[in-house]
Amino acid sequence: MIEVEHLTKKFGDLKAVQDLSFKVEKGKIWGLLGPNAAGKTTTMRILTGYLPATDGKATVADYDVFEQPNEVKKITGYLPENIPLYPEMTVSSYLNFFSEIKQIPTSKRKEAVNRTIEISGLESVRKRLIKNISRGFKQRVGLAQALIHEPQILILDEPTTGLDPAQIIEIRQLIKSLKGKRTIILSTHILAEVTQTCDGVVIINEGKLMASDSLEKLTASYEEREGIFIRLRVGGKEKVSLFESISGAENVSFEDDGFKIEWTKGKDIRDDITKIIVDNELGLIEMRPLAMNIEDLYLKVISGGVDQ
Amino acid sequence: MKNIWAICKKEIKTYFTSPIAYVAITVFLVLVGFFFHSLIWWFNSQSLQMSRNPYYFQQLNINQMVYSPLFHNIGIILLFMIPFLTMRLFAEEKKMKTDELLYTAPISINQVILGKYFASLFVLLVMFLLTGILSIFTFAYGNPELSPILSGYLGLFLMGAAFMAVGIFFSSLTENQIVAAVLTFGTLLLFWVLNWASFSAGGIWKDVLNYASYFQHFDDMTRGILDTTDVVYYLSFSFLGLFLTHTIIQSRRWR
Repeated sequence: MIEVEHLTKKFGDLKAVQDLSFKVEKGKIWGLLGPNAAGKTTTMRILTGYLPATDGKATVADYDVFEQPNEVKKITGYLPENIPLYPEMTVSSYLNFFSEIKQIPTSKRKEAVNRTIEISGLESVRKRLIKNISRGFKQRVGLAQALIHEPQILILDEPTTGLDPAQIIEIRQLIKSLKGKRTIILSTHILAEVTQTCDGVVIINEGKLMASDSLEKLTASYEEREGIFIRLRVGGKEKVSLFESISGAENVSFEDDGFKIEWTKGKDIRDDITKIIVDNELGLIEMRPLAMNIEDLYLKVISGGVDQ
Repeated sequence: MKNIWAICKKEIKTYFTSPIAYVAITVFLVLVGFFFHSLIWWFNSQSLQMSRNPYYFQQLNINQMVYSPLFHNIGIILLFMIPFLTMRLFAEEKKMKTDELLYTAPISINQVILGKYFASLFVLLVMFLLTGILSIFTFAYGNPELSPILSGYLGLFLMGAAFMAVGIFFSSLTENQIVAAVLTFGTLLLFWVLNWASFSAGGIWKDVLNYASYFQHFDDMTRGILDTTDVVYYLSFSFLGLFLTHTIIQSRRWR
């Protein structure tokens, strides 16, 4: 659905994006991850047709962004980083304006505005001037603007910055509810956001691609150790030494009312662990694999330990 | 066309939901009203004096004695007011970053520019229509000729339109509205007085400077004479302003 090939953007001598390539499949949510000034916003601006690239190719739904920008713009919804709003307009007139310039036919405009207001939960502020509504509502108005023409593609630049935790969750749910129907790229530096909303991730740093894959594959390929978390009916911290005695067990710890046990990839010790539990009649309540933490993954990728 | 109308509607709404248009129109009308009052008063006193002499009385002409100087004054008021009406148009979009949404919507830069331009012309039109109230008095108590008044208004409108285009151009250059207004005002004033330099210039430059100055074109118009050269001059001025705006916006994307 979205394909970026060898994209490069220079501002004078500064290379904001260098030889960036990635692919996003239809109906998926992908996160664009990277530290500040990594080139996330520039990449998004190129995809939306706001900035021309210096080199390379970008296709959105089979339309070339540089050859057919108008076709791309028709099917793309874009929420820039600092939500652009007209403070002197009311919420509904703002949305009505965008329904007009996004080529929604006159007869369907009213319906589109009403539907968008409903989806984004703006009913209570629709008649108010944008300058007088709260930050959370402003963010929703921005998102509503991106959604109004029911675009196939949504490009959201840091959609949750500056919101309080409850608002973050609401916006995330709103984004998640669009999953499947739309292909979404969102940029963020909140790592939890990626694990909670995204199917895959593109990690960039200093304009270069560091990694790009689905979340499971990425974590799997960067994990050197595997581990499990177990919870037992009998016993607490004192049982740590019991598991430490297993040959190959590493980093055994007692956390969150359970045990974390790791081992080097390939040397599975799960059989030994179950044996100990059964032999000592400890009563297994819960057992699950420990996935590698997205924070660890991110830091690892950014610090350059990558050859992808 | 629909896109131009969408932009135009939005700009007109912004003019009239914020105080800008009301303040500008009110100040404009107060000033025009003051000039009109003074001119009428002067005309009346002249009429009174000349009523004793039938020959001179024949020479009295309300078009020449009231409307011509009034149009001149309106032209000068526009020179001061228009920079404030246009300074917002692009500078604000850039400051609020809303231009990013305009240029990622399926509309062209030309449509955005024209939409904004037409909105500014609408405000100009409202200003002129409201000054029409003054003419009710002159027609009720005197007998002015209509056609020079209309062509005077048309000329003024064309000049105002050219001023707006200059203002839009400077608004597209900066995200600071004050800077846009000051540059617009400076440029308009410079073109107004450009013919002064023609006194010292020689040869072809004399003609060039004379042609480039608003003043020359404006002077005929206040008397109700609308020459095609003047019309062409104002239209090409507007076109140049809007064309340069397009160039600026386009080139900014490519930097």
